[in-house]
Amino acid sequence: MHDQVNPAPRLDNQDPVLFGQTPSQTVGPFFHYGLPWKGCADLIGDSEIGARPELFPAEHYVLASPTAKGEVAGEPIVIEGAVLDADGKAVSDAMIEIWQADAAGRYVDGSSHSGFIGWGRASTGEDGVYRFVTIRPGRVDDQQAPHIAIGVFGRGVIKRLATRLYFEDDAANAADPILALVPAERRQTLIARKVGQAWRFDIVLQGDRETVFFDI
Amino acid sequence: MNPNFKREDAGQPPSLHAPYASTVPRSPRQPLVRIPHTLTETTGPSNAWPRLMGGAMADLTTQHKAMPQGQRIIVSGRVLDEDGRPVPNTVMEIWQANAAGRYIHKKDQWDAPLDPNFTGAGRVITDDEGRYQFVSIRPGAYPWGNHHNAWRPAHIHLSLLGPAFATRLVTQMYFPDDPLIEIDPIANAVPLPYRQRLVSRFDIETTKPNWALGYLFDVVLRGRDQTPFEDDHHA
Repeated sequence: MHDQVNPAPRLDNQDPVLFGQTPSQTVGPFFHYGLPWKGCADLIGDSEIGARPELFPAEHYVLASPTAKGEVAGEPIVIEGAVLDADGKAVSDAMIEIWQADAAGRYVDGSSHSGFIGWGRASTGEDGVYRFVTIRPGRVDDQQAPHIAIGVFGRGVIKRLATRLYFEDDAANAADPILALVPAERRQTLIARKVGQAWRFDIVLQGDRETVFFDI
Repeated sequence: MNPNFKREDAGQPPSLHAPYASTVPRSPRQPLVRIPHTLTETTGPSNAWPRLMGGAMADLTTQHKAMPQGQRIIVSGRVLDEDGRPVPNTVMEIWQANAAGRYIHKKDQWDAPLDPNFTGAGRVITDDEGRYQFVSIRPGAYPWGNHHNAWRPAHIHLSLLGPAFATRLVTQMYFPDDPLIEIDPIANAVPLPYRQRLVSRFDIETTKPNWALGYLFDVVLRGRDQTPFEDDHHA
């Protein structure tokens, strides 16, 4: 009986002629109860940073805490920075994701059952600031300087913006093959600087100090 | 060595789409710097997701004391790569407004009722054939401040990790025959005909009699690319 139903009036997700990459869409302003789980910005400890539970009722905080991470080898570091728009205004509804190697420069095999994973997520606060607690990564594949891959999401960000964080004091930066692809005068936008106890890495979406974003 | 992934196809929206006003101050003006895929881009947390986020939450209608208000729906489909191969054991995160179009979020000012029995957050994991399914309620449309009389079509937010940093995707699923899609600046950041990739299909086969309407929605992540980056020849 159902084969007598009229066909859909226009193409949709199921039409083979349209098959291809699903287009990206913004996370919008209301992702806070759906994406940042408890502790998603703490890659080495058991704190609950990364989420913003003040933005929704406690009984709707359904995202579980992750399992304990155990001992993680390496130098603990804090990474923090502000996400800023074209006018220098704080972006209070952005979400930052990071992906990084461990202290030995290895990307973690997901089949292991404990320890460091190297993937995190942090919401920005009302001041536009995000913060991660992690370890300093090692050199990757014997060529790349220690770095952290970063994805930027937010209201008004239709598709993820990809960038990288490098460390100011690392001699390996000079020979990094990815930094070498970036115009010299813009390279400093990818360099985190030690400010107090934290590595400071602002992300400027547009303007004079616009962060370098990558086509990956 | 991990193979590279394909690049964006023609269906991906630009970062700047002026009709969606907040893209104007929040999109870069400098050209993106194209880089080869290194180990950083071709790896990801893959199987580690349960340790990161916790277990599946595939039924958004049973998280509280009673059933939420609204039309119960079953959304199902497959996560595939561009070559049609299934992407197994990957996580899809889900969030959405309630049946009245209201988010459980303090900054949502839309004067529609909250539902104490509906959070609107879930998470599923694809099986060996890339299949997933979740149960929810159909979200409502809602007004927003983008322009005079702006209304978002009903949609469900979906977030996928896929196998690597390069395959990360956040998108929105829409419903068939929603007239608001035609006038929505966010959906229309995606050029036609590709916008229609975001429109689910009503499906009587997955509709459960006397229980819930079925909608089909496949997600296609970037595929593997055997073509070397031009600079790789110098390696």
